[in-house]
Amino acid sequence: MRNGAILPLGLHEVSFAAGGRTIIDRISLEIEAGPSTIILGANGAGKSVLMRLMHGLLRPTSGWVEWNMPERSGAPRKQAMVFQRPVMLRRSAQANVAYALKIAGIPKAQREPLVRESLEGVGLAHLARRPARVLSGGEQQRLALARAWALHPEVLFLDEPTASLDPSATREIETVIRAFDAAGTKIVMATHNLGQARRLGDEILFLDRGRLVERAPVEEFFSKPQSAQAAAFIKGELPWT
Amino acid sequence: MQQALGTALALLIGLDAKLVEIVLLSLRVSLSAVAIAALLGFPLGAAIAVGRFPGRQTLIVFLNALMGLPPVVVGLLVYLLLSRAGPLGPLGILFTPSAMVIAQTILILPIIAALSRQAIEDAWREYEEQLRSLGTGRTNAALTLLWDTRFSLLTTILAGFGRAAAEVGAVIIVGGNIDGVTRVMTTTIALETSKGDLPLALGLGMILIAIVVAVNAAAYLTKELAQRRYG
Repeated sequence: MRNGAILPLGLHEVSFAAGGRTIIDRISLEIEAGPSTIILGANGAGKSVLMRLMHGLLRPTSGWVEWNMPERSGAPRKQAMVFQRPVMLRRSAQANVAYALKIAGIPKAQREPLVRESLEGVGLAHLARRPARVLSGGEQQRLALARAWALHPEVLFLDEPTASLDPSATREIETVIRAFDAAGTKIVMATHNLGQARRLGDEILFLDRGRLVERAPVEEFFSKPQSAQAAAFIKGELPWT
Repeated sequence: MQQALGTALALLIGLDAKLVEIVLLSLRVSLSAVAIAALLGFPLGAAIAVGRFPGRQTLIVFLNALMGLPPVVVGLLVYLLLSRAGPLGPLGILFTPSAMVIAQTILILPIIAALSRQAIEDAWREYEEQLRSLGTGRTNAALTLLWDTRFSLLTTILAGFGRAAAEVGAVIIVGGNIDGVTRVMTTTIALETSKGDLPLALGLGMILIAIVVAVNAAAYLTKELAQRRYG
């Protein structure tokens, strides 16, 4: 374990309810550095909510979330999240990345090289001065990855980052995610796309109606699913991947 | 009527000194009021938009209600404040352009604050998760949103300016409509019409409409261009 590392992340009997409906039902698990973790499940299984609970955007209704080293408020974050639909500020692509660095307290003089590096990393250097909001969906999502990556976070959460993208944009995003993984960032990604789970994941967390039903290495999960729900999900989803 | 219109046009084309003076004073008063109201109203709107505090809902309803303040009532309140016996009487600014600026600022501050609150809160709904994920604190978020909604905020300034430039009630009470000192377009139109001097009233009326149309067109174009450029 690296010194001052925020991982592992522990969830202890975490539940989340909203509007009288239980969305996450008593989930306990530990997320360690290393293998890419894919959160798999049908729509409405609670994937997004589970990631938001981990990332701290939502507070559990009961149970608790515990990082090895809790982040201090005001200090640069060591975790980042990329959402299904990227939210870009009304300024240039490079200014969007620089914004994240500014919020993290990086002095102005040091921002520029970091911005350039992370834009190059996602293949957007040539669009650096373009207003972010007029970029295509795939470009905006890559920009969101660059923004999340600018600080080399220890953990990167991805909430169905390719759900609204076409196949070629999806491939580009997956390439970037693999590069981040190779650079040592822990990937935690929600998806309902089985092919993507296979391509990017090392282990699968399978959710069904707010419960953690199964956790297994990718190969094992797809070849010998332990639960009836997972088996049905794999069977039902395969034709469309 | 035709004759009045002709004389009005002659005044306009000849840039009649008296007319120019009245127009300039109107602009000075209303633009000052808009500037001050924006300086106070934008931060206020942003704070309410992203803030979490008890009584927030009530404050929003109250602020929205204040948008409909009758100008004469504002005029009366400012008059009472600034009159010799009033709490701010010693300043001695009743019946000066300063008093008119104060009255119009009070009149349009709620408009700018309430409309910008709405625009910023809509943006906050879209940005909140992303900004919180980046670790943006609330104060920083408010500043970010102010900048990101800058083109929508232009519209709120416009609404404020339109209201200030068009009102008579407040400026006539606290300004007194003194010839050469506090006489602005709207008060002059009211006075000249009642005296039967239609040319000057008509000429000012046309200028007033032209200014409001021009300002709106400029703001609309800016917003269109900006939106195409920044999305």
